[in-house]
Amino acid sequence: MEVLSEGKGQLIGWHDPDEAREWVFKNKSRALKDKTMSAKEAVSKFVNDGDFIASGGFGHVRVSMAIIYEIIRQKKRNLTLAAKVGVHDIDILIGSGCGSRAEVAYACGHELRGLSPASRRMVESGQCKVVAEMSNGGYQWRFLAGMMGVPFIPSRNFLGTDIGNYSSSKVVKDPFSGKPINLIPAAYPDVAFIHVHRCDIYGNAQIDDIRALDFELSRCARRSIITTEEIVDNELIRREPWKTIIPFFVVDAVVEVPYGCHPCEMPGMYYYDEEHIAEWLRLSKTSEGVDEYLQKYVFSVDNFDDYLEICGGVRKLNYLKRRESLREPMIAPWRKEG
Amino acid sequence: MTITGIAEGKYNLREYLAFIGASVLENEKSVFVGTGLPIVASMLAQKTHAPGLLIVFEGGGIGPVLPELPVSVGESRTYYQGIAATSMHDVMSLSQAGYIDYGFLGAAQMDMYGNINTTVIGDHDLPKVRLPGSGGANEVASFSKRLIIIIANQSKRTFVDKVDFLTSPGYLNGSGSRERAGLPRETGPYRVITQLGIYGFDEKTKRLKLISLHPGISIDEVKENSNFGIIIPDIIKTSPEPTEQHLKILREEIDPAGIVLGK
Repeated sequence: MEVLSEGKGQLIGWHDPDEAREWVFKNKSRALKDKTMSAKEAVSKFVNDGDFIASGGFGHVRVSMAIIYEIIRQKKRNLTLAAKVGVHDIDILIGSGCGSRAEVAYACGHELRGLSPASRRMVESGQCKVVAEMSNGGYQWRFLAGMMGVPFIPSRNFLGTDIGNYSSSKVVKDPFSGKPINLIPAAYPDVAFIHVHRCDIYGNAQIDDIRALDFELSRCARRSIITTEEIVDNELIRREPWKTIIPFFVVDAVVEVPYGCHPCEMPGMYYYDEEHIAEWLRLSKTSEGVDEYLQKYVFSVDNFDDYLEICGGVRKLNYLKRRESLREPMIAPWRKEG
Repeated sequence: MTITGIAEGKYNLREYLAFIGASVLENEKSVFVGTGLPIVASMLAQKTHAPGLLIVFEGGGIGPVLPELPVSVGESRTYYQGIAATSMHDVMSLSQAGYIDYGFLGAAQMDMYGNINTTVIGDHDLPKVRLPGSGGANEVASFSKRLIIIIANQSKRTFVDKVDFLTSPGYLNGSGSRERAGLPRETGPYRVITQLGIYGFDEKTKRLKLISLHPGISIDEVKENSNFGIIIPDIIKTSPEPTEQHLKILREEIDPAGIVLGK
């Protein structure tokens, strides 16, 4: 195919499909093994300095905060972040200094809450480098190509734009229609961490929510860590197998973390802890504030249950449950007055 | 000069823009929305003249009847009472395959062809201001049949000669350039809504053209607040004004806490 143009963004996390297949053959098992472990073990086993990592969910919805805190606690460094739909997850990973490079579809923003002071500061000061631009659909399709075991997937986004120019995609002449078409390279993150509603000890997971990008991400990542609100019997999975979103043979670790999304939303279960997020947004305006936040919520505890206690424990969690089912009014403590 | 209704204390700017945004949307059509004013406008349309408006969110929420303002386009409110809750792959594919009638975006900068920037101000590698990036905007602008752009602060800084970074495609370099680039046929920006007026795009040149001035606003303000020449038609309409009913819905049902609309 005639290559019409090439984006100058860095190509992150791409592997030749044959290499990818060999990796799967050597490193992923089809045996039903008990993969339950603590967040501490999962991160220490599967997240290495310099890895290309991806957070499941939607930025501040159904995010494995337990794993993210553990990554920060274990002081993982030089991580390259797949900032697809990055919101709170990416902001904390960049703000903490763990993520030094990012391929950005969306980052440095907190959606309705406004811009994210910490990650903006890190990018604007050069401490975190944006090595390639992407879009949400683009990243979705990077994972799709990885899941499909193909080197790229064609798409009609990026054309004529600087997203295309600063991405790692290429534009070619489509041999069927004769028109220019964008080719998005496959992505195989070194580690993905995805929070789910229920999972058995082998890794079969159900999600009572939009899948966002997780169906594809769990399948293209080299290592998938699943954090789950609850561990269920394999029996339950087999009773309704059409509900399985993630099958055990792509999963490497299963970590039971009730409320493991806090302060993010877990659909159907608990809403964002807006006061907590407002505290982060306020403190993270400065690097001293980031240190203060991390000391309080990450370094002074070594497990998620103790963290939840500091965040207000049962009372707070019950409030967040009521918020999720619309039985409490919306609040916006991060809003600037006046 | 300010919009008459605002000067009279009837409503504020954001309420006005939400109303105008809603007025562009049609019943029994689909709209792909992002956070903030676009969602408010879509909710207002759904509660007034367009009860059959199909709202689509990039996380996979399809056809919700929104109970309150969502903070994220991927949270559970986005499929509350919805017809489906699927995935980003599903909704992005539906967009690419032609199922989305309207897209709705905001922008930090826009040029005369409706190309918009939400990535950086300044140099890409060491920017003066790093903005969130495309998110789903590149897809919304590439695939929606008609794109609506809301810019609440039209000025020489936002209506620019050349955007610092072309995040989402308008008409690129003018007539025919979208098609030449390979973008889907008959897609592109349809309306631009600012604090001064409602704009469209000239059929032939695809350049920004004024359609209506908001009540109380003058032509001079439109011209003064742009770094590029805006096509001014011979007949300039006046933008409509919200009714009591519209304002009641905005203030009591959609955004009672005034998070997007202010108080």
